[in-house]
Amino acid sequence: MADLVSHPDEIRVVSKRFGKGATNIDRYVELDGYKAVQKALAMQPDAIINEVKNSGLRGRGGAGFNTGMKWSFVPKQSPKPKYVLCNGDESEPGTCKDRLIFEHDPHSVIEGVMIAAIAVGSHTGYIYIRGEYRYLSVIMQKAIKDAYAKGYLGKNIFGSGYDLDIYWHGGAGAYEVGEESALMESLEGKRGIPRIRPPFPAVVGLWGGPTVINNAETLASVPHIILGGAEWYANIGTPKNGGTRLFCLAGNLEKPGVYELPMGYNLKKMIYDVGGGIPNGHELKAVVPGGSSTPVLLPEEIDVPMDFDSLMKAGSMLGSGGVVVLDDTNCIVKFALRTIKFYQHESCGWCIPCREGTDWLKKTLTRFHSGGGIKKDIDNIYYLSENMLGRTFCPLGDAAAMPTMAFVKKFRKEFEDHLEGRPCPFEKTGSVERLPVFA
Amino acid sequence: MKFSPEFETRFAEMLTHYPTKRSVLVPTLLYAQDEVGYLSDELIAELAKRLELTELDVRNVISYYSMLTTKPRGKYNVQVCTNIACMLRGGEELLDHCKKKLGIGHKGTTQDGLFSLEEVECIGACSWAPAIQVNYDFHENLTEEKLDKVLDEYKKKGTQ
Repeated sequence: MADLVSHPDEIRVVSKRFGKGATNIDRYVELDGYKAVQKALAMQPDAIINEVKNSGLRGRGGAGFNTGMKWSFVPKQSPKPKYVLCNGDESEPGTCKDRLIFEHDPHSVIEGVMIAAIAVGSHTGYIYIRGEYRYLSVIMQKAIKDAYAKGYLGKNIFGSGYDLDIYWHGGAGAYEVGEESALMESLEGKRGIPRIRPPFPAVVGLWGGPTVINNAETLASVPHIILGGAEWYANIGTPKNGGTRLFCLAGNLEKPGVYELPMGYNLKKMIYDVGGGIPNGHELKAVVPGGSSTPVLLPEEIDVPMDFDSLMKAGSMLGSGGVVVLDDTNCIVKFALRTIKFYQHESCGWCIPCREGTDWLKKTLTRFHSGGGIKKDIDNIYYLSENMLGRTFCPLGDAAAMPTMAFVKKFRKEFEDHLEGRPCPFEKTGSVERLPVFA
Repeated sequence: MKFSPEFETRFAEMLTHYPTKRSVLVPTLLYAQDEVGYLSDELIAELAKRLELTELDVRNVISYYSMLTTKPRGKYNVQVCTNIACMLRGGEELLDHCKKKLGIGHKGTTQDGLFSLEEVECIGACSWAPAIQVNYDFHENLTEEKLDKVLDEYKKKGTQ
């Protein structure tokens, strides 16, 4: 469905089999499929974990935690069953990479879940796919069925004596469920409300059993690491940021699309070379480098390597790999409003700072953008956001606060231009509803 | 309450996937909704009974998920994404266009029951924005002209 793109700088690891018919299990096997899991079965579990740890693979969902490290937290002995849960509830605005993996290479996700399960000693895995991706759920259900039919899943896989079951699961529309503890609640058939941590899912997860939760792209990378070796994978990226990443280029670009580039690829080059630059002769105004929850970067800040540590240093985050580019015809206040409108809609309402904070921010920004803003609002918007930071069970509160603070800090002048009844300077005349000015 | 044989097969199979019955609830609700059109009182009672939950438990879950609805919708639910990536490439204009063309607002349904309209959050088509979903089908890289064509095709299909 979604168009594939390419660029000479791409290093194809996860996207190696895209467009090659790998949804068919025989074709997948032809393309080196299910070799990594057989190799893993012959390895000691600790050796698998070390291999993944040394590869520098970090969580592709956004948090960027070392995957092997995460696996090592699962206790060796557990009275309750252990689980592996693949997070395919991709819903961070700007992100559309897992969709391509499920569409073109579903077996790589299954194989990744299998290797994770073998590494932590689990016999059950779940692959959670968001409800909107029905066609991908159909592809995944068939892929799992095919793997069972071949004897790759079920009892005594590949004659190793190891039993392993993998099931699919579907959501029904909720951004919050992409957060790991809410994801478990949803899989247990409940509202997706986050759980308090500690205990972390690696110790107490699904139905109380130790659970490894990884993003779909993370798990799809694992078979390649096992086959190619940790050193090969680590060398593709920058120190402590191994491998490649699917970057979703979106917004005002000449050639938007999902490109697989090495970690640490320069953002400026990504926008002007890979993405083809800004169309229609416009200038770059701002970049959201890793999905809507990451703080915005100014044009003078984009000469930065795209890896977790470099972006942290630049005051933003690598996040989920969704690079959203804004040209100079866009109003930042409106962009901030739309971002907040999303978080207000998706806040589950469990933690008061997030529930009330996002709601007040939306109300204030709506009034502000319509020309009803007063000077005090600007500091109030910042102050409200600041008070959400770190005060919620899950990072949704932070995800709403961090970009908003960055918008105010970096584009204060533009906020001031909206003050005292002035209509948005970027809107066509008459398109913004005029609200009374509050004095 | 009767569901299709495919629904029953899937339901029975899914029950074997989890240690608790309740776990099948979220995907099952969505599949049931697809068959009936919406989550009717009768349907909620039926699923509650099958999963040994109270109706309130089921309603609690329904109210959380944005794709689930207890009100009937049109045959084709047009979901227009206006989140940031789509907004930058004209998602809001597409929504306005849909409103005018269909003569309904957000969460409205046309009189003939053919179309519903919904403004939705990110549907995961950011690199192919602006995009809409009609029921489960994606339509990407849209312009107003392309959108007209898409809607006309659904209209033709729906009135045949």
